[in-house]
Amino acid sequence: MTVTFPQKGLPWLLLLPQLLVTAIFFLWPAEQALEQAFYQEDAFGLSREFIGLENFIDLFTDPLYYQSMLTTLVFSFSVAIVGMSLALFLAVMADRVIRGKLAYQTLLIWPYAVAPVLAGVLWWILFDPSMGPIALWLKSAGVDWNHYLDGNQAMILVVIASTWKQISYNFLFFLAGLQAVPRSLIEAAAIDGASPFKRFWTIVFPLLSPTTFFLLVVNLVYAFFETFGVIDATTKGGPGQSTTTLVYKVFDDGFVGLDLGGSAAQSVVLMAIVGLMTVIQFRFIERKVQYS
Amino acid sequence: MHNLKLASVVVGLSMASSAFAATQVEWWHAMGGANGEKVNEIAKAFNDSQSDYEVKPVYKGNYTETMTSAIAAFRAKQQPAIVQVFEVGTASMMAAEGAIYPVYKLMKDSGQAFDESAYLSAVTGYYSNTDGEMLSMPFNSSTPVLYYNKDLFKKAGISQAPKTWQEVESVSKKLLASGVSCGFTTAWQSWVQLENLSARHNVPFATLENGFAGLGTEFKFNGPLQVAHIEKMGEWQKSGIFSYAGRTNDGAAKFYSQECAMFTESSAGYAGIKRNATFDFGVSELPYWEGKVKQPSNTIIGGASLWVLQGHSKEEYKGVASFLSYLSKASVQADWHQFSGYLPITKAAYDLTKEQGFYKANPGTETGVNQMTTGTPTANTKGLRFGNFVQIRGIIDESLESVWSGKVDAQTALNTAVERGNAQLRRFEKANK
Repeated sequence: MTVTFPQKGLPWLLLLPQLLVTAIFFLWPAEQALEQAFYQEDAFGLSREFIGLENFIDLFTDPLYYQSMLTTLVFSFSVAIVGMSLALFLAVMADRVIRGKLAYQTLLIWPYAVAPVLAGVLWWILFDPSMGPIALWLKSAGVDWNHYLDGNQAMILVVIASTWKQISYNFLFFLAGLQAVPRSLIEAAAIDGASPFKRFWTIVFPLLSPTTFFLLVVNLVYAFFETFGVIDATTKGGPGQSTTTLVYKVFDDGFVGLDLGGSAAQSVVLMAIVGLMTVIQFRFIERKVQYS
Repeated sequence: MHNLKLASVVVGLSMASSAFAATQVEWWHAMGGANGEKVNEIAKAFNDSQSDYEVKPVYKGNYTETMTSAIAAFRAKQQPAIVQVFEVGTASMMAAEGAIYPVYKLMKDSGQAFDESAYLSAVTGYYSNTDGEMLSMPFNSSTPVLYYNKDLFKKAGISQAPKTWQEVESVSKKLLASGVSCGFTTAWQSWVQLENLSARHNVPFATLENGFAGLGTEFKFNGPLQVAHIEKMGEWQKSGIFSYAGRTNDGAAKFYSQECAMFTESSAGYAGIKRNATFDFGVSELPYWEGKVKQPSNTIIGGASLWVLQGHSKEEYKGVASFLSYLSKASVQADWHQFSGYLPITKAAYDLTKEQGFYKANPGTETGVNQMTTGTPTANTKGLRFGNFVQIRGIIDESLESVWSGKVDAQTALNTAVERGNAQLRRFEKANK
């Protein structure tokens, strides 16, 4: 059914707030970044010079930039996969709880309210090699934990810190998705003798696929764009460059190093990558999604 | 327009009627915690001492955040009159000629008595131009020293702090044998183990007087001395003599927990160590390599200075000048030095502190001053001045970490850092022509 409005202006007026937000907080900065990427400018904005593609050439001739891309891919997919599987597991469990359901759900949603930097600091303290409780426990279990030296451990740390927050968000969506699965389908399968495991994989999970797909997109975007606070608070991109993701590099070069042109060029590249990824996801993965 | 806005902010923030009478001077700083309270105290004392000006200190987060916000504010024409900038930001500030108001000029223009020779040259040299004119006002300066755990030393049967790196090695071996799990750790590795290592041995860190003589600098820290030191530290990391604990001063935790018996850290770390150490500790000068230098040279400073930004009224600048003069007074300086552990910036403040018996009552607090003022600073020891130094420090950190983890040998790592660092210098030069 199509709703028709008597005047042409009203629909636009109703859309206006959202359009304004998009224009002010997305289109305008994006345009600025695009322009800045072709300039070299001192920090104070006293002089500015058009240098064409030089910022981009600098980026793509730097082998470390490719390494950073690889790091980002490993990081983002780890965050998305770990975060989503844990959240799904928790949601399935919470869905079964009968007593104290609300308490469990509230507690599981809570971490989402924590600011990224705080989440980073929290995990940084827990994993501090000399005084962090988890690090000390790991040491007593025979694992030599020192993320200041070991790049893989540093990666594990930033993945944990970034995932922890996101689990709540994923949990919320999965729980809602689970509650929308018709009981009758599951009961029918149960009567036919399908095991709980089989019921989950053949009925529940496929019905959750729109949610899962949505979360995959959101989680990847989160890992690509919003995790520099966590990384800054935990590893600062080190040791070496082992946790320097693309977005952390944008932040570090732009806001710490004050190299605005170079940083803008990086964010343009990042924007292109995420755009491309989203297109790929919608083109290829969405085909497997079953909207009921 | 700017003043109008400022005035409306003032009206909104303070109902005090004195706010209208006195000219406001905003001061953005990066001093958190106890030092931040002290900064407020200093400003208040200045405000109470006269009625023409009112200095308003505003805490803006850590050094990078403070500098970034000041620059962003400048671009939006909302900049404060005074901003505290850390030493690695010095070159960026100096290059921004249209944005800064050099302190020597400000003092002259406002008719304040200003005697540059009253300041410690090892401190002011860092913030002066090639003609020796002071561009910013040093505020909190520090220099790296060696802290050691006297209790652990006693247990291992060691009676004296190590003076040389050779002794650090032998002392550490004894400590390890006595059951300590690590000999020493360090804070700010690039500053302590490369920049100050070079200065202490009077070896260049870069060409053109470490960047003081102008742009076009090339890094030199992949020389034999630096490579030998870093290589040794890489070996020590393996044998437990050295234990790496992160890029900033996270190593303090290892020292407090008595995991490491020694700690090379800023002289300004004194207050924190005094508060947190549950053991008897001593302070000693930064070690040097015996045989590589006859008489170790002075170390260079870190910390921050106060920059005055353009775009304010004459009246405000008069207030700034009078505040900066107040800050340099021996009593104010001595109080700040004794409270925070930062170095005194004038000879008078140093003498006053000595007279008051502070160094005797707090052994070790004089170490930094002595070490920084040994001999006359040379081209290799008066400081460092590089554009994009923040990123360059990051590059050096990355290279050093690859040595500590045993992935790359010292020579290759330092060569890489020099090459990448030079590229950053060239980028800075292009942007600041």
